[in-house]
Amino acid sequence: MSAILAALQERFPSEVLATSHLRGEPTAVIHRRGVRPIMAWLRGESSERYDFLADLAGVDGQKILEARAENPGALADLGAWPDRFQVVYHLKSLSTGSRLRIKASVPETDCSVATISDLWAGANWAEREVFDLFGVRFDGHPNLKRILCIHTFKGHALRKDYYIKDQQWLNEENESLMDELGEFGENPADGGFSELIPVNLGPAHPATHGVLRSLVKLDGEIIVKSVQEIGYLHRGFEKHSENSTWTQVIPYTDRLNYCSAMLNNVAYCRAVEKLMGIDVPPRTKFIRVIIAEISRIIDHLVCLAACLVDLGALSNFWYLFAMREKAYEALEGLCGARLTSSYVRVGGVADDLDAQFIGRVRAFLTELPTALNEVLGLISKNRIFLDRVKGIGIISREDALSHGFTGPCLRATGYAYDLRRAEPYDGYEAFDFEVATRPDGDSWSRLMVRFDEMKQSMRIIEQALDKLPSGPVLSDDKRVMMPKKEHVYGNIEALMNHFVIIYDGIKVPAGESYCATEGANGELGFYLVSDGSGRPYRVRCRPPCFYLYSAFGRMIEGCMVPDAVAVLGTLNVIAGELDR
Amino acid sequence: MGVKSYYANRPGFFATRLDAMTNGLTNWGRENSLWPYPFGTACCGIEFMGVLSNVHDVSRFGAELVRFSPRQADLLVVAGTITHKMGPILKRIWNQMLEPKWSIAFGVCASSGGFYDNYSVIQGIDHVIPVDVYLPGCPPRPEAFFEALMLLQRKIQRERAPDHDQQRIPQMAHARP
Repeated sequence: MSAILAALQERFPSEVLATSHLRGEPTAVIHRRGVRPIMAWLRGESSERYDFLADLAGVDGQKILEARAENPGALADLGAWPDRFQVVYHLKSLSTGSRLRIKASVPETDCSVATISDLWAGANWAEREVFDLFGVRFDGHPNLKRILCIHTFKGHALRKDYYIKDQQWLNEENESLMDELGEFGENPADGGFSELIPVNLGPAHPATHGVLRSLVKLDGEIIVKSVQEIGYLHRGFEKHSENSTWTQVIPYTDRLNYCSAMLNNVAYCRAVEKLMGIDVPPRTKFIRVIIAEISRIIDHLVCLAACLVDLGALSNFWYLFAMREKAYEALEGLCGARLTSSYVRVGGVADDLDAQFIGRVRAFLTELPTALNEVLGLISKNRIFLDRVKGIGIISREDALSHGFTGPCLRATGYAYDLRRAEPYDGYEAFDFEVATRPDGDSWSRLMVRFDEMKQSMRIIEQALDKLPSGPVLSDDKRVMMPKKEHVYGNIEALMNHFVIIYDGIKVPAGESYCATEGANGELGFYLVSDGSGRPYRVRCRPPCFYLYSAFGRMIEGCMVPDAVAVLGTLNVIAGELDR
Repeated sequence: MGVKSYYANRPGFFATRLDAMTNGLTNWGRENSLWPYPFGTACCGIEFMGVLSNVHDVSRFGAELVRFSPRQADLLVVAGTITHKMGPILKRIWNQMLEPKWSIAFGVCASSGGFYDNYSVIQGIDHVIPVDVYLPGCPPRPEAFFEALMLLQRKIQRERAPDHDQQRIPQMAHARP
């Protein structure tokens, strides 16, 4: 048992119900009355200082409780499960790098738990999501209402007893959001504004990328207060995952952050492999690094192009999208699809690289710096552009961490935090690259960090192509890989193995695991719970955009409306990942 | 009472040949200068950006003038998944567009809900607005969009201008209860 679990048990003997330490992940199940004192203690007083809330999610344990009612010893690997619901907090200590999982047990009757949204600002939206999808109430939450589903939704979508195809139509207008914003400005305590004008932005607005909505109050041209509404692209990824086999989830992960589909594939498959204890062959790791970095470059290209178009710099769009097409050409030759690749498999990748792909990637790498330099030449000394991004939309490092920022937006506040360095995976420790940072935390920094990161990604790809080892690209683990065709026709064991994998899918042993990957926007985590059947019990995606966008309202206060557009572009909010 | 309806009851040159000529001329103009409104919500929206980019270049088909105001557009490209939350907005955008107007369901999510057969996704935008061309693909390639555009152009070629007396009533499918 790890030291922190022992300290936790010693400090809160009656609140901590059970502890476990599996797969290197310390976990504590606590009584719900202990949530606030334990979180405050872990954050401020414990020896390791768990000061970063990586994720907050819910799990409905109905089926686990049913299985244990029949057989008390069932699903022992899932640990203690006293009540139906669990609210799972993933904490991280930024100083030591260690992670901790706290699970608060919440009963079905009086389904409530204390809020921690005053400790971490990022918990605000995450708790609303748990309330929306599971119906767990958070006592003391400032604005507890639905966030992803329509506001007239009956029931809670991610509960196990909600049927996936039970559609509910919205037969009226969307929420006005004036309940959140309406009163602001009328009270002298708000600052004594004379007359504020409410203005609605989106969701059908070109700069909101189709699916984001803000309601702002303007004092002249200055935004003094804004509220956000999301959920316009809530496609039920997590519900679908529970109704698919482990392999069938991969195409759904493509469509989370559709600008860098390969990265999502890698993140998901790594999480499943961690849960199953599979190690992939070295060549696969290199291939994953190559495709992940190409995806990162594509994501940054799309982000920069879209942001610059929103700012009126249209010519950059042509330079950047021409390069994106080159990258897609390479990926298409590799897996047959441009955008939604589904190329990675649990235990490997679908197919090996060929010489053509390597040639195309090398050509792409030689052409990309030219395009980037052309764009930088257009913007880096452009007075109009600089005035619109420098010193605009500033967020401090403390606020950014409190909101759960990761990735380029956190690095733009001068904090060199990159999971490829902090928790190396897939052999990233062997590559020579720098973690790009910028000190100011404004829109300009967020854009420039992306330019710098693309250059680092190019370095990584070049090293990976040079050192690419030979060997198989699929693990030989019989639990995940189909046997070769000649063996299926030749011996009974392979035939049975083939039959089982086709019929039941991959069988992941019962257990839970959280695995974080550095996505294009930040920490892309998958928290998986398996009950040992052929389907995931719970797949929770920790979307980096969700936490980035939760700070958007705070960042644009004091800006003008066109600056808000620029800030939104630099955050690179991808709706598929935001709303899932 | 327009000129056309005046001649409609008087068979002869003006009611047949001239009518066909004006129709053909109008349709030729319309089909080659479609102004799209990109209602991009998801992955397909990103691919629609690829359609507009210099490599594929939709201006070869006269449809490059993307308008972000429904008042100025006559082609609604619904690129992406439409959820129940988004449904009323899509309907409002369509109602704000002026006649004549057409729509393309870009990708399987817009056409049929795609593989998002669940509680929050509308199973095809034809539950909400009328659709002229359904374009399969997840997402469709830019080349596939050009095929859809050409299909739509062929459809516009065959259209007859509506009688001025009878204003065309848009086919509105209402949201299901």
